[in-house]
Amino acid sequence: MFEPFMINAWITASIVAVISGLVGFFIALRGQAFIAHALPNGAFAGAAAAGLININPLFGLGFFSLLGAGTIGLLERKSKRDVATALGFVLLLGMGALFLSLSTEYSQQIFSLLFGEILGVSPSQILPTAALAVITLGILILSYRRLLYTSVLGEELSQKALFRNQNLIFLLMVALVTTMAIPVVGTLLLFTLLVSPAATARLITKTPKTAIAASVILALLMVYSSIAFSYVSNWPVGFFIGMMGVASYTVGQLWRKLFA
Amino acid sequence: MSFLHAIVEPGFFSSSVIATALVIGCLTAVVSAVVGTFTVLRSQSFMGHALSDIGTTGGAAAYLAGVPTLYGFILINLATSGFLEALGIKSKKERDVATGVILGGALGLASLFLYLDTTNTSTSGDTMNLLFGSILTIQSSIEPLFIALAALALMFIVATYRQLLLASLDPDLLRVKNRSPQLAGIAFLVALSLAVAMSAIAIGTILSTALLIGPAAAAVRLGKNMRSVFVYSSTIGVLSIFFGVLLSYDSYNWPPFHHGWPVSFFVVSIIFITYLVTLFIKPRSKSYSPAHLDTPRSTDV
Repeated sequence: MFEPFMINAWITASIVAVISGLVGFFIALRGQAFIAHALPNGAFAGAAAAGLININPLFGLGFFSLLGAGTIGLLERKSKRDVATALGFVLLLGMGALFLSLSTEYSQQIFSLLFGEILGVSPSQILPTAALAVITLGILILSYRRLLYTSVLGEELSQKALFRNQNLIFLLMVALVTTMAIPVVGTLLLFTLLVSPAATARLITKTPKTAIAASVILALLMVYSSIAFSYVSNWPVGFFIGMMGVASYTVGQLWRKLFA
Repeated sequence: MSFLHAIVEPGFFSSSVIATALVIGCLTAVVSAVVGTFTVLRSQSFMGHALSDIGTTGGAAAYLAGVPTLYGFILINLATSGFLEALGIKSKKERDVATGVILGGALGLASLFLYLDTTNTSTSGDTMNLLFGSILTIQSSIEPLFIALAALALMFIVATYRQLLLASLDPDLLRVKNRSPQLAGIAFLVALSLAVAMSAIAIGTILSTALLIGPAAAAVRLGKNMRSVFVYSSTIGVLSIFFGVLLSYDSYNWPPFHHGWPVSFFVVSIIFITYLVTLFIKPRSKSYSPAHLDTPRSTDV
């Protein structure tokens, strides 16, 4: 399990888990799991487009996740948040369907992007992942307090001009995490890591700081044990992490009902 | 005649594939329009989309077990709705997060089923079909089943219409009348589960979500009362399906030649543009504002 080729997987998983745990806290606080699903899945169109014109999928993912974040951010100013997310999402998916149908690439490659291949991460992929992680972390630290305030406030207040920028910063962060994580862990792993640890953490803690700490620790525990289970059983990592997410969240709900 | 051929390629109206696609597509569009209107009013777009993805997991399980995929879709959707109700979450934000956690679990299960499936039979073409679906590969023999499902979904909406409407627009008013908004919520989730199972398996998850949310969101802006909202959303849905299929048929002669562009791309584009237009036609009327429907609760903090 700790052979040289697995070291890359452990390092990459650690980076993705820490950043997902941090950003996930705001996703759970804002109740925007839909965004965590929409941007990673929608940015898929970018990978398909990159395959079509033969460039590094990282650029395609980056461009389309930013495009999606921008579209949803602008729609949000005039629409309900969930409607804006849904429409931005299906637009990206529609483009993805077009690019996929035009490209002649083998569907297995697309399939691996959907479910990820963390066990096949190469050393050259670690550097861009780490760089994007640092940028995301920087944005998060700089806007932590404001993001916290606007996340706690209701949707109608966050539509006021003063808070609009915070919405965009939040969306930008999710777009960056998407670009960073999809090539190495796939959409499914990223989505679960963004939502489940933070959702559970919020149920068992009382202050933002302890919630963030618990979220990061849970994300790391989940991803490490999933990789270990997957290594032993050969079943997909996504299965274990998804099941652990549901289990920990259900336990968290029971915990809250019993002790809070 | 040549002018007409420029718009409609010859053979469009005589092809049985196109006829089936249009019948199922329009039927789905109308049901999605009605169910979607409540989905938009109740801010449950995520649930609407999540059910189409979660249904895929049920479909994959049914495929492995050798039973018709539609049953897998319906069963897992109803189970998911039931589980979410059982958690008894009141806050809208927490509901969204819980939906996300369950969706993550369901997608994880799907990845396992697909893994088991491909290692057994190695058919990744089936996998992609299950994920993306296609309106042009529907067998006309399943039409009666879809009509039955559509009718059942609409029945749940019609039977609880007044309560559901009140529960969606002003749950407090319903509580004042000593009625729980939860009952209407459950009836709605059953209708949503059925409608999404039907549309996801017939036309794929992309179009399922697009038809559920897009036309309804546009119609809520345009309509003056509920009747006109339903008329607008059904019309927008049906027209976008019709022109989407038509353009896709025409695109057979566009570059790259003799390949054809996907229906979902055209339908989604038409719906998105229609929605953008409604944003500029008329400002949002006050009674549908999120301020009204998304009152922040202290439990959200």
